[in-house]
Amino acid sequence: MIPIDIIQKTAETLMDKAAIEIPQDYLDGLQAAADVEDGDLSSFVLQAMLENYEAAKEDRRAMCGDTGTPRWYVKMGNDTRIEGGPIALEAALRRATANATNGVPLRPNRVHPLWRTDHNNNVGIGAPEIEYGYEPGGEWIDLITVHKGGLFGTDYRMLFPSDGIEGIRRFYLDSLIAFGKRGLACQPAIIGIGLGGCKDTCMVLGKRAACLRTVGSENSDPKIAQLEREFKELGNSIGMGAMGFVGKSMVVDCNIEVGYCHTGGMQMSVHAFCLSSRRAVARVFPDGRVEYRTDPDWFTDYQRRETVEWDAPAMEAAE
Amino acid sequence: MSPRKIRLSTTPTQEALDDLQLGDIVYLDGLMYTAREGVYKRALEEKANIPMELPRDSAANFHCSPAARINADGSFEMGAVTATASFRFSKWLPEWMEKSGAKLIIGKGGMSSKDYKSYFVPNGAIYLSTVGYGTGALLGRGVENVEAVHWNEELGLAQAMWVIRCKEMGPFIVASDKHGDCLFERENAKISQNFDKIYEGTRPATLKRYGETDDRSDEVI
Repeated sequence: MIPIDIIQKTAETLMDKAAIEIPQDYLDGLQAAADVEDGDLSSFVLQAMLENYEAAKEDRRAMCGDTGTPRWYVKMGNDTRIEGGPIALEAALRRATANATNGVPLRPNRVHPLWRTDHNNNVGIGAPEIEYGYEPGGEWIDLITVHKGGLFGTDYRMLFPSDGIEGIRRFYLDSLIAFGKRGLACQPAIIGIGLGGCKDTCMVLGKRAACLRTVGSENSDPKIAQLEREFKELGNSIGMGAMGFVGKSMVVDCNIEVGYCHTGGMQMSVHAFCLSSRRAVARVFPDGRVEYRTDPDWFTDYQRRETVEWDAPAMEAAE
Repeated sequence: MSPRKIRLSTTPTQEALDDLQLGDIVYLDGLMYTAREGVYKRALEEKANIPMELPRDSAANFHCSPAARINADGSFEMGAVTATASFRFSKWLPEWMEKSGAKLIIGKGGMSSKDYKSYFVPNGAIYLSTVGYGTGALLGRGVENVEAVHWNEELGLAQAMWVIRCKEMGPFIVASDKHGDCLFERENAKISQNFDKIYEGTRPATLKRYGETDDRSDEVI
C-alpha cells in the first residue's frame, strides 16, 4: 500500500522540478541545435535560452513566466494499491497542484472558459487533467507532471489514405510554418505527431508523443523511426529558427505515435512542446521509496500492443 | 555579427526611441506595468480610472502576467516573467496608447507593420519583443521590486496590473522602428523564399474546413 502523504509530497516536488529544471535530454538537444545554428538573431535567442535555464536553476525560479497548464499522467502496475484509493489519489494531485502554484510560484493560468473565474491555483473544472495508464506486474505508481504551454503550435487534420505520406508531410509543414512565424510555437520544440485513432485519441497520441517521449528516443517500429528522423530534418530545413527568425533550428526532435483508425481515414495531429519543455517524473514504491527521473517511459511495448491478449509470461521474463 | 546592445529607460526620450533599429537588443530600467485583456477591458470598455499616473510614471506596457504570488503580509513574490502574444490586443491598443501615452509596447511576437504604421509611428512608440519567449528566469532577475498590483480583486492574479521596478531587465529585441517596419515580417519574407522548394512533392489536404474560408458557398471537398 502506497502512503497517500508521500504521493502528495512527491507530487509537489515534481511540480517544482518541472517548472524550474529543464530536462537533460531537451537541454542536450538544444545545445546541439545551438552548435549548428548560424542565423545571427536565432543564435542570440538560443544562447539566451541556455543562459535562462541556468538562471532558473540557480535562483530556483520558474524557467518561463507562462508556466503552462499543469497536468498529470499517472501510471500504475497491475498490483498497485494506494492508501485511500483513486479518489484520495486525485485529491492529492489537485492539492499538490494548488500548493505548488502558490509555492513555486507558478502563474495561475487556469480560468473558467466563459466566466474567466480564476481560483489562483490552477485547479478548477477538469483541471488539472489526470490521465491513467497501466503496466502488467509491479506495485509502484509513476507520477508524471507536464506543464505544456497552451495556446499555439497544435493542430488537427483529417487526412485520408489517398493523401499518403505526401499529405502527412504537407500538414506537418503547414503546422510548423503557421505557428513558427514570429515564434508563436516557442520553437525549437519537440514536435509530437499523432497518426490514426479517432479524432480525440489522435490528439491524445500526438500530445503524448510530444510530452511523454524524450529527445533522442525512437518509435519501436523501425519504419516510423525512419519517418521521425526524416521529419526532424525536414522541419530544420525550412529555413526558420527560434522566434521565426532566419535559421535552422525548428525541431529539437520529432516523435510519432500511431493508433489503429477507421479504414477510410488517416487522422493526424501535430503538437509542439516548447523551449520550456516542462516534465518531471517520479516512481513511488509501497515502502515509501521515491525515485525521480525525467523520462516518463510511457510508451512501453504494452502501451503499443496490437494483439488481443498480452503475453504476460514473456513480460515477466523480460523483467 | 552579434546584435547591438542598448540600455533604455521605461520613460524614454523620443531621441532614444528614434535611434532604435530592428534587431537591437534592449535592457530596460525604470517602472513598467503589465496590461493585457483584463486591464484593457476594464480601463477602456468599463471606463475605470487607471490606478497609475501615466505616462509620467511609466511609458512601458508589458503584455505579461508573471508567475507570482501575493504573500499573506501583502508583500509579493515574483519568480519568472514572460510575455504573452500581442496580436490579440490590437483592437484596444490605439485607444490605450492615446490614453496612457505608452512609448514601449513589450510582448510576444510583435504586431503587424500595419499596426505600427497606423498608430505606433504617429505616437512615437516602439515594439519590443521578449527573447525566445521562454527567458522568464532572466527577466525575473531584472525585477528590482514589485511596487504594486492593481485590480487583483477584479481580474485575478494573471490579468491584474502589476507594477514592476526593473533594473537592466532583458534581453528584449527591437521589433519595430520609427518607420513602422516590422522585424518579423522582414524575417518572414526571407524565409518564404524557401517554401516552394520545401513543399515540393507534398499534397494539399483532400478535405477542406470551414474556418479556413469565410465564403459559406464553398464546399469542403
